[in-house]
Amino acid sequence: MYAIREAVAAFKRAPVLTGLSSAMVGLALFVVGLFGLATYNLRLALTAIEERVEVAVYLRDDARQSEIDLLLTELAAIPEVRMVSFVSKRDALERARADLPEFGELFSDLEINPLPQSLEVELRPGARDAEVVRSISDAAMAYPFVEEARYGREWVDRLFTLRRIGAASTAVLGTAFALVAALIIGTALRIAIFARRDEIYVMRLVGAKNGFIRRPFLLEGAMAGLIGGLLAWLLTYGTYRGVYTYLFEVAWVPTAWIALGLVSGAAFGAFSSALAIRRHLREI
Amino acid sequence: MIKLTRVSKEYPKRGHALRDVSFHVRKGEFAFLTGHSGSGKSTTMRLIHMADKPTEGEVRVTGYSSERITQRDLWKVRRRVGFVFQDFRLLPGRTALENVAFALEVTGTPRSAIQSKANRLLSQVGLSPKAGALAHELSGGEQQRVAIARALVNDPFVLLADEPTGNLDDRATRGVMDLFWDINAKGMAVLMATHDLELVRRYPHARVFELEHGELVFDSALAAEGELTPSLQEERGPRSVTDGAA
Repeated sequence: MYAIREAVAAFKRAPVLTGLSSAMVGLALFVVGLFGLATYNLRLALTAIEERVEVAVYLRDDARQSEIDLLLTELAAIPEVRMVSFVSKRDALERARADLPEFGELFSDLEINPLPQSLEVELRPGARDAEVVRSISDAAMAYPFVEEARYGREWVDRLFTLRRIGAASTAVLGTAFALVAALIIGTALRIAIFARRDEIYVMRLVGAKNGFIRRPFLLEGAMAGLIGGLLAWLLTYGTYRGVYTYLFEVAWVPTAWIALGLVSGAAFGAFSSALAIRRHLREI
Repeated sequence: MIKLTRVSKEYPKRGHALRDVSFHVRKGEFAFLTGHSGSGKSTTMRLIHMADKPTEGEVRVTGYSSERITQRDLWKVRRRVGFVFQDFRLLPGRTALENVAFALEVTGTPRSAIQSKANRLLSQVGLSPKAGALAHELSGGEQQRVAIARALVNDPFVLLADEPTGNLDDRATRGVMDLFWDINAKGMAVLMATHDLELVRRYPHARVFELEHGELVFDSALAAEGELTPSLQEERGPRSVTDGAA
């Protein structure tokens, strides 16, 4: 009870100092928030592209239906495969007409349908990497009635290179931003505690227990972290609305990320305070 | 009550601050710890308050030993030993009453009892009329009285005072000394570090220890009757020094 009362009283006694601490925490977490927003949208974009990764197996015109059914069953049995669908020559032509209306006349004047029948192999999420598509393509090519198996080898390779770069830079930049934020938050709270070193000194002098001394400061640190986290949330949301309205369409981060950010802010605030107060507890 | 046994303290840069110091302050005793600047008075007070550990030897305070006490248990000693500094160390921005109440609150006094006990302590040091004054609005003597009231919140067995009159004029010094004697008359031991020999001379019934270059050179309990401390002898002209202290 004393810890809560004292933590709130500390905010009231020095509103400028505690306000500044919270603002510094907020700005530090805002940078992390912006990074999270960018990372989340990059991840969404990559996932959207990945969903289009599939293998198209083109069949010879003389392939018998029983052979096609056998291949379809075998491909569908591969664990990484979500679905295999047969596209007949007629379906292929219909699609071409729909997808390429500028060639409408050309397609309607055809006496013979030149488009091949095919099997479209969709992959399960998480299995859409270059290795898997290559092995499915190789498996299909082993059948003599298969003309060609395509998966856009070049762009699939590029996509996965891009994803690897994305993952590595997220890890490196994310760690760097988090460290900078940690340093700023730690410094802000250290200053706030330094301003109250006389109180800590008196508490030690008259025989207050260490835990009793520590508790209000931990709570104060957690409150500064939480308020800073809320401020960072507002700033990040404002930026998101601005980008969405005036620049381009972006997605807002999941609620779990926001909750994690707020909890981390509060926990880190308490942790930084605990570290900062340790030194003062040894002074007398 | 307070017992130092062959205590030495050495700092890495400063060297020896205390060398083989032994003395014993008994229950209810009033003692001065005197000596020139740098003689080791403040180091001794810090060791007794267990703010520091001796390099060698043992400090025992109200049953707690410097050899066994841990950081975690320091509060137990601190509640038995009140401490007063030369520079008062009151919390600025708080009133006299709030300074005393703060000490009561952080040592676990029930909320309902804090106000009345803080008022009683301020009245004991003669500062009731100034209870609502902020620390910086008080004179030096008044600030020291608040610091003494704060040191008494736990009803300690011993009161340690490190140069408590160092920043006070004569009148305030007399007031603070009278207060210390009143407190001592109620059974509390008082150990006061001071370099002011004139002040020591005013209280011939008090026990006197003298330190010189970190060594105990005089203990009035072990000296011949009427014998002066080395510093007082020095003040009164050359005389033979009896080193029966340690």
